[in-house]
Amino acid sequence: MSQTTRPLAYVHSCTAVLRNENIDTDRIIPARFLTTTERTGLGKHCFEDWRYAADGSDDPAFPLNQPSARGCAILVAGHNFGCGSSREHAPWALLDYGIQAVISSEIADIFRGNSLKNGLLAIVVSTAEHRWLLDNPGIELRIDIAEGSIRLPDGGTIRFDLDAFSRHCLLNGVDQMGFLLQQEAAIAAFEHRLEEAA
Amino acid sequence: MSARTLFDKLWDSHQVAPETESTPGVLYIDLHLVHEVTSPQAFDELRSRGLKVRRPDRTLATLDHSTPTLPANASGVRPYYTKEAEAQVAKLESNVREFDVELMGWDSPQRGIVHVAGPEVGATQPGMTIVCGDSHTATHGAFGALAFGIGTTEVGHVLATQCLLQRKPRSFAIHVDGALQPGVTAKDLILHIIGSIGIGGGTGYVLEYKGDAVRALSMEERMTVCNMSIEAGARAGLIAPDETTFAWLEGRERVPKGEAWDRAVAYWQTLPSDTGAAYDREVRIDASTIQPSVTYGTHPGMVVAIHANVPAAADAVEQRALDYMQVVAGKPMAGELVDVVFIGSCTNGRLSDLRAAAGILRGRRVAAGVRVLVVPGSEQVRRDAEREGLHEVFRAAGAEWREPGCSMCIAMNGDLAQPGQLVVATSNRNFEGRQGKGARTVLASPLVAAASAVAGCVADPREYMTQEVAA
Ligand code: SF4
Repeated sequence: MSQTTRPLAYVHSCTAVLRNENIDTDRIIPARFLTTTERTGLGKHCFEDWRYAADGSDDPAFPLNQPSARGCAILVAGHNFGCGSSREHAPWALLDYGIQAVISSEIADIFRGNSLKNGLLAIVVSTAEHRWLLDNPGIELRIDIAEGSIRLPDGGTIRFDLDAFSRHCLLNGVDQMGFLLQQEAAIAAFEHRLEEAA
Repeated sequence: MSARTLFDKLWDSHQVAPETESTPGVLYIDLHLVHEVTSPQAFDELRSRGLKVRRPDRTLATLDHSTPTLPANASGVRPYYTKEAEAQVAKLESNVREFDVELMGWDSPQRGIVHVAGPEVGATQPGMTIVCGDSHTATHGAFGALAFGIGTTEVGHVLATQCLLQRKPRSFAIHVDGALQPGVTAKDLILHIIGSIGIGGGTGYVLEYKGDAVRALSMEERMTVCNMSIEAGARAGLIAPDETTFAWLEGRERVPKGEAWDRAVAYWQTLPSDTGAAYDREVRIDASTIQPSVTYGTHPGMVVAIHANVPAAADAVEQRALDYMQVVAGKPMAGELVDVVFIGSCTNGRLSDLRAAAGILRGRRVAAGVRVLVVPGSEQVRRDAEREGLHEVFRAAGAEWREPGCSMCIAMNGDLAQPGQLVVATSNRNFEGRQGKGARTVLASPLVAAASAVAGCVADPREYMTQEVAA
């Protein structure tokens, strides 16, 4: 199989925290930047209307602009992250910004699928674990994709579920298009049945 | 065979390969709708792999999001908002040529918002699987088709293989009993449902709307309801096909004709959920208690009846939403001053929506200082509306009558509100900045939007409907 994303086995980084619930894809990447025909270069517009002050400088009130959050590749976000539109520009923007993993107590379906297809790890943890992560910004986490575990600084671990296929694809950088193209015989047979029935 | 839901039947009949413990299922897609925003990177992917579009005959493209809604000038130059917007449209135009895909483009009398134009031409049919790189694809579920939004990578998958890798979602029945009161619309119903189950309430589910109140809806109203399924977190919403569905479809350009039509209807009649079919979750809603409803916050689940008091913020995030909206808890939304009214979108940009709005605006004037944009959902809607003279009603009232497109629903094309302006919109999202940076969006029905345009503040349409009802 060809590879479109790089294999990803671990994410080891500090956490940046956005406590807000229901952060929608319009907040992650406002619609006016969707006129791009590329996948790259959206990082500078990630959270555009939230992160910049009126004069274009970084707004210190935006949590990810705080010094402790700089360079953190793990985003812990409030419940129901990524709701709203199907725009894949949202995970593209986050990846380009430098985020490699998002953790929440709920992550919207389409955003989650889009993320995993682009090598952005999207993890759902329990409400209690989520609250603890929200309350402890800046800590170092080591996410082990094969194990489905998040190692905490004190040595404790949080387990998370990831469906076997997504895990396999992340670990091996598997390209799902390649997987589908290999189904050609089954697809052709299905289409044949369709035509017969019509 | 055990009793199956409509969703089970749609799912089962499109399995190319079943899901296993280690792999998702391969689902066949009958119809792939394409627009300019979410497709360019997918076509690039095909090009870089040397692939073709597997089934151009099952692929249909249109232009809607980045397109201006003001006409071209005398020399045919369209007033694009940005060079990027123009380039994005040009890119789709060249991609469809290269890959031999049909485009309902600038020169087509069928161009329109993808979820308005697709059903209109009869491309959307019961029993189908339909996808588009657009979360409001759920709209097509109104016909009893399994329709959902996908990301751009998946757009590439469907272009190349006509298939998607999917795990089966769970099912959720929403029973709506009783009848809607006069002046209460399908939009109020779906806003009420989202307010009830919450914006994450449908995550992981396919919704099926059923019950007397749903059966009583017209096709256009059903599309309004299914359209906003994603606003409850559900990727798809379904309504079982029935005589209303068949009557609406019959004779449309792309539906089967003659004997093939009879065969199709016979098949479609087998689709409704079997008696006793089990859902993973069910709720019941009493339609008769629903009032004209509006949003007061910054997501579509923050819904309140128009005269009811805005509830107190439950936490700091909700308080921030109220502050952004400049709305005070303990007061109703009715009476909030309005700057802009937007009537359009794939939720409420169809002929019946424009008729409803025109019914209130006829013989009245838009309040001083309020800007009103009326944007038909498609060229067909525009033609039908103009044939009835609705455009004259809007213009006489002081509203702008625009060309079809997404317009201020997503504000990508330059139709946008200024920071701080309050917009009463018939569209589907009130996220911060959705209609322009700092814009404050109140989602509402076309009736509420038109009444608010006249009143200059959020207003109850029933106060404007009494004469017509009496006459
Ligand atoms: S009208 Fe709005 S919601 Fe509908 S397709 Fe266009 S942008 Fe999306």
